[in-house]
Amino acid sequence: MAKNSLIGGSIWEEYSQKVQDLMNHPQNMGELTEEDAKNMGGKLIIADFGAESCGDAVRLYWIVDEATEVIKAAKFKSFGCGTAIASSDTMAELCKGKTVSEAVKITNIDVEKAMRDTPDIPAVPPQKMHCSVMAYDVIKAAAASFKGVDAASFEDDIIVCECARVSLGTIKEVIKINNLKTVEEITNYTKAGAFCKSCIKPGGHEAREYYLVDILRDTRAEMEHDHLLAISNSKIEGSNTVSFDDLTVVKKFQQIEAVIDENIRPMLVMDGGNLEILDIKQGDDGMTDVYIRYLGACSGCASSSTGTLFAIEAVLQEKLSKNIRILPI
Amino acid sequence: MRVYLDNNATTIVDPKVFAEMVPYFCQMYGNPNSLHQFGSESHPALRKAMDQLYAGINASDDDDIVITSCATESNNWVIKSIYNDYILNGDKDHIITSEVEHPAVGATCKFLEGLGVKVTYLPVNTDGVISVEDLKNAITDKTALVSIMWANNETGMIFPIEEIGAICKERGVLFHTDAVQAIGKIPVDVKKAHVDFLSFSAHKFHGPKGMGALYIKGGQQLSPFFHGGEHMGGRRSGTLNVAGIVGMGKAMELAVEALDFEKSNVRRLRDKLEDALLQIPETMVVGTKEQRVPNTILISVKGIEGEAMLWDLNQNGIGASTGSACASEALESNPVMEAIGAEADLAHTALRLSLSRFTTEAEIDYAIDVINKAVVRLRAISSTYAYAPEWHVSKL
Repeated sequence: MAKNSLIGGSIWEEYSQKVQDLMNHPQNMGELTEEDAKNMGGKLIIADFGAESCGDAVRLYWIVDEATEVIKAAKFKSFGCGTAIASSDTMAELCKGKTVSEAVKITNIDVEKAMRDTPDIPAVPPQKMHCSVMAYDVIKAAAASFKGVDAASFEDDIIVCECARVSLGTIKEVIKINNLKTVEEITNYTKAGAFCKSCIKPGGHEAREYYLVDILRDTRAEMEHDHLLAISNSKIEGSNTVSFDDLTVVKKFQQIEAVIDENIRPMLVMDGGNLEILDIKQGDDGMTDVYIRYLGACSGCASSSTGTLFAIEAVLQEKLSKNIRILPI
Repeated sequence: MRVYLDNNATTIVDPKVFAEMVPYFCQMYGNPNSLHQFGSESHPALRKAMDQLYAGINASDDDDIVITSCATESNNWVIKSIYNDYILNGDKDHIITSEVEHPAVGATCKFLEGLGVKVTYLPVNTDGVISVEDLKNAITDKTALVSIMWANNETGMIFPIEEIGAICKERGVLFHTDAVQAIGKIPVDVKKAHVDFLSFSAHKFHGPKGMGALYIKGGQQLSPFFHGGEHMGGRRSGTLNVAGIVGMGKAMELAVEALDFEKSNVRRLRDKLEDALLQIPETMVVGTKEQRVPNTILISVKGIEGEAMLWDLNQNGIGASTGSACASEALESNPVMEAIGAEADLAHTALRLSLSRFTTEAEIDYAIDVINKAVVRLRAISSTYAYAPEWHVSKL
């Protein structure tokens, strides 16, 4: 990363070919009118999101069959950079043929993924992710308009970033879906905090009710809580939905202790020895390091650092996870 | 056709400049500080280059023009050393600059703010120029330095440097100007402007990249930024870049010779381009033609985001620039655009076109054609120009 970031490159080099093609030739660009709606026997829906002064604005047109709620036609107009145009275009494409309720479930990730050339390489650089988030917001606005409800019914309408009009719900959702870890990532994905920066943390231009640093911390805590809950539930139900590597250190300790008790200790005791677990650490390389101390006869045994050690490691790796490493002290 | 209209970013090296530099790579490659023929044979060319630089900005022999690696280094040097000499080790505590400086000045001042220095960022009017009255009011007896650019990189607006210099002289405050965007475009005279320090960079006036300079008025103290040797009279260490200095000297000479051409021909082409683009409805240009350096246009084209415009221009072989947030890595809107503060839209719809003496009439005609076509295509996509029935409550 360091070597590649020193000279810097053009962000354009990071656009997928699909994005570039859509920038040059958008497929769903245009308008739908009342007359189009009449001819197609549907209802015209128009929704806006963003503002020119924020740098991005999109207008989405739908013709929706009122009985089936199927989106029969979708078009867009967009003020924004090339990726905003390409994202809006893709969003309109994804809407077509779906019901309104299905369309609301289209996420920014769906839009971005649809623009990839190859499944593993992002279609746009991170700082352009906000373009696809915007596409997702305008769908909600259109759906709200169709259902005659406030867009707030699709999301809580607390606006965290006034400049970019980004709501609390959007931010929390984007953090969760994309597993975001920093405020910079939130800004890249949603554009929240990109302008006056007041909403990033207290002490900015103006005081805000919600700050990105707090939302990030709380949402991460929520995610962690949900994760732990999932683990403990899987434990109770006895299912194996959570792998050993995802367990907390305490749970790992319990499971390792159980395997040692059942499979290893009896053999050591037979030879007049034993072992104790001193500590368990999560290594940076993804390995779980188990520090042990041999007791009794084991402590002087020549095999304790070779054969016995390998046997213990092999049993734990087989029973629990390949990523276990035993380190005798 | 390929048309380069981003000359405020960098310029083509004049082939005459390049030709002067060539012998100092493989033939006369000695270190000019060495005591042998290899080293001393470049001395005549170095002396000539220094003469060209001194003449170019009307410096006198007891002034110093210290060669640096770029204007960013020059700006950092003068501001940080003033901090060292007059604030950290003196009784001053204050620096004055403007809101629209190049980051080489702006970010350096921000850095010093973190060290406890008081910094005043003078606001600009809608044309992007500071008021001399504001400057007068900002100066205190604790002010160590005033640093104001000669001309702005985005707008091309020329600052009242002679007036500012006179005020600083009268109030006994040191005055630095970043003249990167002025040299080669308008006359730059350090005496008339009463400057104590002046930064410039060769690659903005058809010289090589990696070459800059800091003018220091005769007798003015300034502790070095680069320690280590005795080069440049001890003011800036590092083996002299002989070819680069020779190139910068030649480039300065040619730039000064071409000032009349700049004022007449470059200006005529710039005005032709500007007048043609202003024929497009809902466009506006920052500042009047007379207030600007002759090569620059900063135009706002309503409904078209800057990066989208650059994309279309690039597809047609035209290189330009935008102050738009979307084109920057950080998504931050351009501080110059923000400071002008006319309309928020401007920050996102700005297109900067900057010419040089190498720009041809055919290139301008082509650019006018391409930009017109891009405006038609992109406005057709733009939601600003989109259909909406009366019942639709627009949130745009």
